[in-house]
Amino acid sequence: MDGVDERSLARLFRAALDGDERAYGNFLHEAARLVRAWARRRAFGGPDPEDIVQETLLAIHVKRHTWRSDGPVTPWLYAIAKHKLVDALRRQGRHPRVEISEVEDRLAVEETETVRDWEIGRALETLTPGQRSVVTAISVEGRTIAEAARSLDMNETAVRVALHRGLAAIARRFGRD
Amino acid sequence: METHELIKALAADSRRTGVAMNTVWWGAVFVAIVVAATVFFALLGLRPDIASAAQTVRFLFKFVVTIALAASAFGLLRLLSRPELDPRVVLPYLAIAPALILAGVAIELTVAPAETWSTRLVGTNSLVCLTFIPLIGIGPLALLLLALRHGAPSHPALAGAIAGLAAGGIAATFYASHCTDDSPLFVATWYTIAIAGLALLGALTGRQIARW
Repeated sequence: MDGVDERSLARLFRAALDGDERAYGNFLHEAARLVRAWARRRAFGGPDPEDIVQETLLAIHVKRHTWRSDGPVTPWLYAIAKHKLVDALRRQGRHPRVEISEVEDRLAVEETETVRDWEIGRALETLTPGQRSVVTAISVEGRTIAEAARSLDMNETAVRVALHRGLAAIARRFGRD
Repeated sequence: METHELIKALAADSRRTGVAMNTVWWGAVFVAIVVAATVFFALLGLRPDIASAAQTVRFLFKFVVTIALAASAFGLLRLLSRPELDPRVVLPYLAIAPALILAGVAIELTVAPAETWSTRLVGTNSLVCLTFIPLIGIGPLALLLLALRHGAPSHPALAGAIAGLAAGGIAATFYASHCTDDSPLFVATWYTIAIAGLALLGALTGRQIARW
């Protein structure tokens, strides 16, 4: 999906808030694309833009009831992204990262790995084992709620609850020390 | 975890949305008023001569100021609980209550003889005022801060301070029906100090509690 305007983005989000899971997925992909472009221009040399994208998506998720569904969605979206970027810059100010030259040496090594570990990985570590296996099954392994319930030998309600609580805990923990 | 993987997990959790902000705000303010009323009637109660006091302009004017403060601060607080609001656009509304009390002070200074000014300002209840406005307002402040936590304020300390003003406005409205010092000089001095204390507490707590 490419280039969605403000009105169709708001329509997607409204459908999502009415419980349309597919519309919500599309909305989040579109939001990620907008925030990524926005963060790349602003986080240059600072925090990893993809960390800002992921942290913003989590904040959108846990704070989506603060959107006024009769208003525009992009000002709301960018306000959340800005809040998260400022937060990340402040954290970085407290714990300055290593010199660029050191990073370049390490980057050469890290690039051989296929999967990069974003900040979210650290937040995932703090979940209870049950929450972590549910979140991982649905995100990384790409299972549905029903499939995750079968493979983890839980009922679907328990999977939904663990997912909900796990995501809320990640959103709370994200980037905090 | 990659971003597209995170999106799968978020989409699978689409059913459970938080309670709407409108519901939370009106619920919080309703309970806040009930709590303030309970504390007020348990500890202080109405002044005995309220029926005759209600005939005087000075007594009634206290409520104009305190209700204006509570209402304007509450309206602002609701707006500031959403991330996209630029506070500079709405902060001027906070000047309503101070403008009213300053006008009251100006009129008082023209109608009251100068030698009575200091007794009107000092009054007889300043310590009661400084004790009970914060005491009545602390419960409402806690409730409003919890509601704020449910929101997503871009400026949590500022929003917390405004929660303190709203709580102070509610508390002062109840307290005003107990206090026998009705001069705007008294209200402008002691009510302001008491409410500013709640605003400061709200700012300090809001910064912690309304982080997101």
